[in-house]
Amino acid sequence: MSSHGSNVDPKTAELWDKSHYQHDVISTRTFGYFMYLLSDGMLFATLFAAYGVLSYQHSYSGGPTPADFVKPWYTFAQTMALFVSVLSYGLAMNALKHKNKSGVINGLLAAFVLGVLFLALDIHDMTHLASSGITVATSGGMSAFIILTQVHAAHVFFGLIWILVMMAQVLAKGFTTDVVGRLLTLRMFWHLQAIIWVFVFVFVYLWGYMS
Amino acid sequence: MLVDLAGGWNPMLGRLAWSQIPYDNPILAPLFVAVVIGAVLVLGLITYYGKWTYLWKEWLTTVDHKKLGVMYILIGLVMLFRGFIDGLMIRTQQAWAVGPHSSGVFGATHGYLTPFHFGQVYSAHGVIMILLAATPLLVGFMNIIVPIQIGARDMAYPYLNALGLWFTAAAGALIMISLFVGDFAHNGWFGYAPIFELQYSPGVGVDYWIWTMELLALGTTLGGINILATIIKMRAPGMTWGRLPIFVWASLASNVIALTSFPALQVALALVAADRYLGAHFFTAGLGGNLMLYTNLFWIWGHPEVYFVILPAFGMMSEIFPTFSEKPLFGYMTMVLASMAIAGVSWLVWLHHFFTMGAGPYVNSAFSVATMLVGIPTGVKVFNWAFTMYRGRLTFNAAMLWAIGALFLLLVGGLTGMMLAVPAINYMVHNSVFVVAHFHSMLLTIVYAIFASVIYWFPKVFGFKLNEFWAKTMFWLFSAGTALVFVPMYMLGFMGMTRRLDYVFNTAWHPYLLVMEFGIVVYTLSVLAFFALLYVSVRDHASNQVGADAWGTSRSLEWLTHSPVPFYNFAVLPHVNARDEVAWRRDNGIDHVQPDHYEDIHMPNNTGVAIVLGGLTFVLGFALVWRIWWLCAFSLLAIIALVIYRSFKGDPGYIITAAELEQMEKAAMRREARIGKQQHRVGSGVLGEAIAYARSDLPSLASQPGSTGGLDHRS
Ligand code: HEM
Ligand SMILES: [Cu+2]
Repeated sequence: MSSHGSNVDPKTAELWDKSHYQHDVISTRTFGYFMYLLSDGMLFATLFAAYGVLSYQHSYSGGPTPADFVKPWYTFAQTMALFVSVLSYGLAMNALKHKNKSGVINGLLAAFVLGVLFLALDIHDMTHLASSGITVATSGGMSAFIILTQVHAAHVFFGLIWILVMMAQVLAKGFTTDVVGRLLTLRMFWHLQAIIWVFVFVFVYLWGYMS
Repeated sequence: MLVDLAGGWNPMLGRLAWSQIPYDNPILAPLFVAVVIGAVLVLGLITYYGKWTYLWKEWLTTVDHKKLGVMYILIGLVMLFRGFIDGLMIRTQQAWAVGPHSSGVFGATHGYLTPFHFGQVYSAHGVIMILLAATPLLVGFMNIIVPIQIGARDMAYPYLNALGLWFTAAAGALIMISLFVGDFAHNGWFGYAPIFELQYSPGVGVDYWIWTMELLALGTTLGGINILATIIKMRAPGMTWGRLPIFVWASLASNVIALTSFPALQVALALVAADRYLGAHFFTAGLGGNLMLYTNLFWIWGHPEVYFVILPAFGMMSEIFPTFSEKPLFGYMTMVLASMAIAGVSWLVWLHHFFTMGAGPYVNSAFSVATMLVGIPTGVKVFNWAFTMYRGRLTFNAAMLWAIGALFLLLVGGLTGMMLAVPAINYMVHNSVFVVAHFHSMLLTIVYAIFASVIYWFPKVFGFKLNEFWAKTMFWLFSAGTALVFVPMYMLGFMGMTRRLDYVFNTAWHPYLLVMEFGIVVYTLSVLAFFALLYVSVRDHASNQVGADAWGTSRSLEWLTHSPVPFYNFAVLPHVNARDEVAWRRDNGIDHVQPDHYEDIHMPNNTGVAIVLGGLTFVLGFALVWRIWWLCAFSLLAIIALVIYRSFKGDPGYIITAAELEQMEKAAMRREARIGKQQHRVGSGVLGEAIAYARSDLPSLASQPGSTGGLDHRS
């Protein structure tokens, strides 16, 4: 190696690209989206850290704690709704491999309906809490509990809008590069929300119920 | 669930009321008039010269990474100026309001700023300098240079790139408007619990601070993703990891930090917002809140952030030293490792910002040791730069002077940082102006590197060089200002002067404060020199034209394509054969070999969506600050609708045909031929050619295989 870190012979070196080198659009896009999801993961990590700090006995300031109102089976139903939603999204992607338009649409539709179910259960849960006087203003511990779970719910909400948009795009445009790329990124997003939910379910709901 | 507010609120205008406009403030009212006149003048001139279409087509809707980068840098420079004015105001107040007998005007007991107003000024100064001056300037350079250095035609996501810029611009607009509508936070750039709670800061100042920072965090995260994806996915054939220019490596390390740390800031601020808007108790003093949680969350972002801004500056220095030492960078591999190490360690040290929290000896020592670890890779870098210059053929032109200035400041800042990393010392000087002097040494390192880069890369972007004389004048004035302001500041820190004093009780400090005030005057002269630099350079641009390799000794890929860089960057993508490809080609006498035929290339279309989204986020931020809920809902819905619209529309891009390309390339080459091979060596440094000795034992350039007079154009 010379000082240039090169052992190419300048006389025969290829100086300009002749291979008509093209960047792969879909992989560039999914890679970038993967990085966005990393930052989303960091966002949740920070929220979990805040929850960890604010889930001591004194954080509830003598008020209600999750142990007083968490219903594990109810939240388990939410868990199942979200997991099966992810499963049907996976089936849609399987149909995509076979260029099966109606299979994709049906899978997305099922994922959407189950996502709505998840969200409805969550909203019902929150309004129930509010009606018994438990809000973010109750105590530091409750602030952390509600904000963490509702930030997750907000992610699900935007995911649902996105699923609708993708159903429309599949119908209107078919499987163009753009549409396939977006279906892949949405799949990554939807999976991540399910993974985050595992942590929410275990560390916030179950842990809170037990302590 | 929404909280009760101290002042009035109505559904139409939220908290907005006439009384929020400071028309009776003797400083802000005249400023407002001046700004309005200035704005009308600028808009009038644009209309008069009929430049609106040009502006819209070429700049406001562009997705070209170079133009976006230039706009980033413009925003950065404007905000640097605004932040400088804030600094000048702070220094003047402290030079004036000393001792019980000092006079007071404009309603202040001492000096000319009331404590509340003074608090706003230093908070705005900090936020602006770190997030709206340094960050956009660095992001701007990464935007312009990284894609060209890796041989790409654009960023990985050109549209996202435009979006990042317009979010940053929206944040800048938001903080600027806080001058004239309502007020800004008065609790420092990092804000602390519980002073920023609604109870203690009932105005809108803190809300401006929250949403400005949130917007910046969003823009920077998007920009970070883009730069990372560009580096990883868009490199030209042959551009292996081992050949990547160090500036690109530094950008990579820096944006890894951005990507992972900015979410922590977003959460910290969102939780403050939850406290202030929803009445939550994250950081309140009662009801289970935790004050130190905020401090931790903030610095978990805050410390990585300071490395996010310094790493690109290190990258810039690593490009400039070799070019003007005519040697390859010393220790390429260690430089890469050092950048990555710094990025990694930056995550493990946040607690050194509050040793005084009292976490106990074990925790404090662990963080102290971790902090000192940072000194190792940083030291490696300093030695690498020194060894790069050692026995090199040095040219002391303006860019080199600024880079060397950065090196010296880095030493000062780094060593005082080491002192601060010792808890025993830290307990003495924490929250004193010693800390302020430390981080200004560090941040000025960045500013020096940025001005070095402005001079270094200006010819690449605009096709002509900046005036050496004025660039050097500015350098010496700026350096004198730096010494005059910060040497006394270190001393005052040791004497126990705490930071952020709106009134200085100890008259023994007065002489130092007056020296610092004089320093600010010198700084002001350097700002004037900067304007002169721009004016003279543009006036004389015809005689300062440059070809592709503007400095004659350049090394990396951006110097292979024409200056100014055509919008497609490279007519044919280069095939990279070496680290420092351009130096390799030049040394082997093949730097003028042009591609023999062209192919069609595919480019992205301009789009107005990005700027409209930026405008809407500005409206959203403004509505959130003033709690105008209908406007929040409206702008949020409009944003979602626009994103969906863009997603449906997509961008098919357009084709530049080979014929068009050939024509443009021919024109560029004709220009180059006209300028001639005037790759004159710039030997007009302070020490001039005296130190630039030629040496026969350097790996001789002319004797490289296959080189027949590759040195011709330099003699
Ligand atoms: C050798 C590396 C460094 C070390 C050992 C170091 C150490 C420290 C320590 C211990 C503090 C806390 C002082 C206190 O508040 O008591 C501090 C503050 C600070 N440092 Fe550094 N530092 C280093 C590099 C940097 C760099 C590269 C930057 C920015 C570019 C920077 C910017 C800051 C800022 C902004 C603060 C204070 C922020 C504030 O309190 O407002 N430091 N540094
Ligand atoms: Cu730090």
